[in-house]
Amino acid sequence: MRAVGIILAGGNSNKMRALTQKRAAAAMPIAGSYRAIDFALSNMSNSHIQKVAVLTQYNARSLNEHLNSSKWWDFGRKQGGLYVFTPTITAENGYWYRGTADAIYQNLDFLKRCHEPYVIITSGDAVYKMDYNKVLEYHIEKKADITVVCKDLDPGEDASRFGTLRMDESMRIEEFEEKPMVANFNTISTGIYVIRRRLLIDLVEHCAEDDRHDFVTDILIRYKNLKKIYGYKIKDYWSNITTVDAYYRTNMDFLKPEVREYFFRQQPSIYSKVSDLPPAKYNPGSAVKNSLVASGSIINGTVENSILFKKTFVGNNCVIKNSIILNDVYLGDNTYIENCIVESRDTIRANTRYVGENGVKVVVEKNERYVL
Amino acid sequence: MRKKEMIAMLLAGGQGSRLGVLTAKVAKPAVAFGGKYRIIDFPLSNCINSGIDTVGVLTQYQPLRLNAHIGIGIPWDLDRNYGGVTVLPPYEKSESSEWYTGTANAIYQNMDYMEQFNPEYVLILSGDHIYKMDYEVMLDYHKANQADVTIAAMPVPMEEASRFGIVITDEDGRITEFQEKPPQPKSNLASMGIYIFSWPVLKEALQALKDEPGCDFGKHIIPYCHEKGERLFAYEYNGYWKDVGTLGSYWEANMELIDIIPEFNLYEEFWKIYTNSEILPPQYISAQSVIDRSIICNGAEIYGEVHNSVIGSGVIIGEGTVVRDSIIMKDVKTGRNCVIDKSIIAENCVIGDNVTFGIGSDVPNKLKPAIYSFGLVAVGEKSVIPDGVQVGKNTAISGVTSREDYPNGILESGETLIKAGERA
Repeated sequence: MRAVGIILAGGNSNKMRALTQKRAAAAMPIAGSYRAIDFALSNMSNSHIQKVAVLTQYNARSLNEHLNSSKWWDFGRKQGGLYVFTPTITAENGYWYRGTADAIYQNLDFLKRCHEPYVIITSGDAVYKMDYNKVLEYHIEKKADITVVCKDLDPGEDASRFGTLRMDESMRIEEFEEKPMVANFNTISTGIYVIRRRLLIDLVEHCAEDDRHDFVTDILIRYKNLKKIYGYKIKDYWSNITTVDAYYRTNMDFLKPEVREYFFRQQPSIYSKVSDLPPAKYNPGSAVKNSLVASGSIINGTVENSILFKKTFVGNNCVIKNSIILNDVYLGDNTYIENCIVESRDTIRANTRYVGENGVKVVVEKNERYVL
Repeated sequence: MRKKEMIAMLLAGGQGSRLGVLTAKVAKPAVAFGGKYRIIDFPLSNCINSGIDTVGVLTQYQPLRLNAHIGIGIPWDLDRNYGGVTVLPPYEKSESSEWYTGTANAIYQNMDYMEQFNPEYVLILSGDHIYKMDYEVMLDYHKANQADVTIAAMPVPMEEASRFGIVITDEDGRITEFQEKPPQPKSNLASMGIYIFSWPVLKEALQALKDEPGCDFGKHIIPYCHEKGERLFAYEYNGYWKDVGTLGSYWEANMELIDIIPEFNLYEEFWKIYTNSEILPPQYISAQSVIDRSIICNGAEIYGEVHNSVIGSGVIIGEGTVVRDSIIMKDVKTGRNCVIDKSIIAENCVIGDNVTFGIGSDVPNKLKPAIYSFGLVAVGEKSVIPDGVQVGKNTAISGVTSREDYPNGILESGETLIKAGERA
């Protein structure tokens, strides 16, 4: 492969409310069996990229645990492999990563020691499938300096939480606004970039000299007239999880047959860490409708239009509707949960009732678990 | 010289012919169990959970699936720099070449493998039982008794004792007598086929009996050691232990997993059972489906009804289809509006629409009444069943079948239908 990969997984979004208190967005559980970063990592692996750096900073415990072996994504290789870089104090530098460009700058040695001519940069909190080789071919064909993978949002979707951009007929990016107050364009950047490795090193070094730290505002936007920055439009599924609503919607998308077909049945597959769990168990009294259930779960109650992550225990006479129950949650008998996201490893006592009235409610109870 | 205190030798070469079409193409230890597992996962997991990190797996009959499943042992943490899991098939030698002719002969042929670890003890296991057992506790017992051979044995009901190899012990647990399938058993302690040998004793016995045709542990090695006056002890085991050698016991053991609190509990954190899990999406349960008292694996999609059943990974149960009291192994696809009663359907089968399994009366199988019984329908792996056919009880089907193979669209109870080919 002609490229190395960089996955930016250091971020935290305060729009995720209580959910990212426990973990970085890239470690958020997705679709029952996965974590957000699995998608970027699997895409890298399936694109035959051999060497991938994951840059982490915000609360990386859960992420590090997930990445404790690289074999699940086939990165346990002598040639290449998976590198996780957290900020460290060095003789020259005592800062945290002050932005995405700074994160790359602080790990410039990694890039300098590679021999691959190109770099694929992606965020760790997006759910998508992509063959980066296609973007790379396009990048070469366009003789671009930087290629930005972008997507048209459906009318009515709010673009203001993204970087929005406008391209000319040749697909060169003419305007680029990062998280505008009012979005003027409905084409958004997906945060996936292709760039020549030498150029990236130069740009990031210049940024650092000027005390600038952000890849989007200090490189893409500042250089957009100076460098040839092209857009590569995708029509396939792409979603990121920077808000509670987006997280909820992204998960619920997996109840749609076409989304399941695309991610679960079509090759290449998405990989994740295997957790040796027994099959899901349906006891008398269980009634499950239109739901995804992950392994290790035990169900005694009613579950509708919901996603049960690994090791969910649903007690007798429980009713779970339109909800997402994250990993290893114990729901006591007679619990009613509707329109909620229940935080992982939680214990909900019997006879509890939670309903998300205006939008999705994030349930975080920190009860001790006495049962099981 | 580096050494291992105890290594395990796992006998996994047998066909398990009493499982009929299920073992037509795979060795018995590789047969799926409990949805996502294979029978060999249980002894392998027991090994690693007991702290044994060196396991030789002896294969002979149809080893492909087994080899692929074991690989370099990653799922069981048996990928080690020194030791780990090693698959040991029979091999050609300069003087003579032979297959493994018996359980002890197979071990004898792998003397060099065992020697390189310079073990003090060797644990002999078979790959065809479902149980959780701490071999380390058994080893402690072996050491405490200064035994030469320790045989794991479990109490069975007295009326069933005549089906087993029975050991008779004195009050200290030392074995005084053996009875192989005795009509009048003197005790109800049945040998489980699990042995710990002190290495010098095993080595000597294997060498002494190397020319014994079909050299077997139960028939030759153990009696030899006994006659020689070695210290043989019985280690009494009282946990869950299930022989899954027949279709009936295999079906029963699977069904026990779906009890509300199963006696053999896979959901405990302690003593996990590991398997070579594919990375699979969660299971999808559709709005029309009805499920109760069942276990279902990752990647399955259920659009119909599932009652009292074990459903493997990646299985698709079509709309309107009702599955009852059945075992459906991984990647089987069933069509719409089928009724599947008390069936065992092996991996990768395709079942058409409107198929009915398990009709009619309990007529014994005409070809192999001892194998295809218990009122079950057994379908071999990669079989194809056409639309609209009906299948009776005590039947077996294998291969690509078409409508013409079913007179009037029916395979009567007691019939066997073996065809060539497999699902594309």
